[in-house]
Amino acid sequence: MKAIVTVLGRDRVGIIASVCALLSEYNINILDISQTILEQGYFTMVLLVDISACTVSFPEIADKLDAYGTERGLAVRIQREDIFNAMHRI
Amino acid sequence: MLDKNDVLSTVQMIDRQHLDIRTITMGISLLSCADRDARAACEKIYDKITRYAEKLVKTGEDIEREFGIPIVNKRISVTPIALVAAASETEDYVSFAVALDRAAKAVGVNFIGGFSALVQKGMTDADRRLIAAIPEAMAVTDLVCSSVNVGSTRAGINMDAVALMGRTVKAAAERTADCGGFGCAKLVVFCNAVEDNPFMAGAFHGVGEPERVINVGVSGPGVVYHALQSVKGQPFDVVAETVKKTAFRITRMGQLVAQEASRRLDTPFGIVDLSLAPTPAVGDSVARILEEMGLEVCGTHGTTAALALLNDAVKKGGVMASSSVGGLSGAFIPVSEDEGMIAAASSGALTLDKLEAMTCVCSVGLDMIAVPGDTSAATIAAIIADEAAIGMVNTKTTAVRIIPAPGCRVGDTVELGGLLGSAPVQAVHPYSSADFIARGGRIPAPLHSLKN
Repeated sequence: MKAIVTVLGRDRVGIIASVCALLSEYNINILDISQTILEQGYFTMVLLVDISACTVSFPEIADKLDAYGTERGLAVRIQREDIFNAMHRI
Repeated sequence: MLDKNDVLSTVQMIDRQHLDIRTITMGISLLSCADRDARAACEKIYDKITRYAEKLVKTGEDIEREFGIPIVNKRISVTPIALVAAASETEDYVSFAVALDRAAKAVGVNFIGGFSALVQKGMTDADRRLIAAIPEAMAVTDLVCSSVNVGSTRAGINMDAVALMGRTVKAAAERTADCGGFGCAKLVVFCNAVEDNPFMAGAFHGVGEPERVINVGVSGPGVVYHALQSVKGQPFDVVAETVKKTAFRITRMGQLVAQEASRRLDTPFGIVDLSLAPTPAVGDSVARILEEMGLEVCGTHGTTAALALLNDAVKKGGVMASSSVGGLSGAFIPVSEDEGMIAAASSGALTLDKLEAMTCVCSVGLDMIAVPGDTSAATIAAIIADEAAIGMVNTKTTAVRIIPAPGCRVGDTVELGGLLGSAPVQAVHPYSSADFIARGGRIPAPLHSLKN
């Protein structure tokens, strides 16, 4: 199953590294990454990931990412890919 | 991969523009629960609801988590209780409401609808008993919603029922006077009620429906408002297109959630209701959408036209996005539940008469409106009759959910709490309609009811 991870917040060193480390810890494979710094240092990253072999349940990984984001002042969430396909693709 | 901007726009809709699924409502047929013994019937009702809806709330929460989209309410609608209770040898129908309330609390839903009667052409003994039980039922239960259908395009308007409902609304308010007449917030009087409406307080599970079904109501006034901010000053064609595109996206999401819920609960998918349902939160208002179209304040001249465009564009955009559209589908204008409507009504710009005109072009009727506590039953009945006439002639659903707030006068505010918000008490006409309501009988169906 594929999911989308979004990371939003103020830019700083090491966001990509730590998010990727967290995902790999739970055996989540990253398929694609798109990352940009918007005006005034606003960090945005969208990752397409494969969670088929994830070692924990979906709610658990969602909680881990949420907690990780809260600690660092970032909004980090994981959502199933289907919702974006439904809204933006016919 | 998906376009990054599309992904971020969805995230922003959820985070900043209050995009949500307003309700997943499971419709459950209770026809099999009829029993000569009322106590046995109530036990069957409780058992059936708790069995069918056992996993409803948990499933809703799981979907919410995985898709990252808030699902605000999980609810149940049931067969109109007047039909189920008719078999029981009892005068006391309050016990049926208590059984519904108990079942709703056991499964953790936040409302259960269907303490209802359909009396558009006449009343059975069971219908009379149910209506007589409404004030007490609304007072002693927390989660039960009630509705009565008093008219239809096919049958005309049952004016005896209209008069009775005027008195019933008053009695429900007085019976719940200690909480601002809250009982009336759970009581809807319909014309042309629909059988698959997922929204409360008017939801019930029609007799033409299957054993059980999942209906989903989407929302998103904030998303539409935000989209319109990008087309300031442009012609209405552009406004309509923008609303349509937005409604399409919102509904696609609703369809996805509905299918997923249907699959996980092993329950057939019924309909997606394409309604713009506001909440009292800032940025989630239908009134503010109308104002964004260029009105200084909702309720001024032009409001009806703006609402007509919005209502139509929502349907056109949404209908292509779902395999089955139903329910009420359109824009809701509940005064107490819409931050912009509350402001407009409080300032005096939005009157009862203008709201009545607006109900001609949107999906429901006079919804969540507080009037002075000394408003007579005949005046309330006359307000119901006016709305029913609009519904009957225009072949559309109309409803009245009105709160004659005990002890309150024009200018006061009734606090209802939560999604029900707060209602500024609005003026009614001081002239009497008593002789009109006292006539009783039936207003015949219009000529265009004869379609065969």
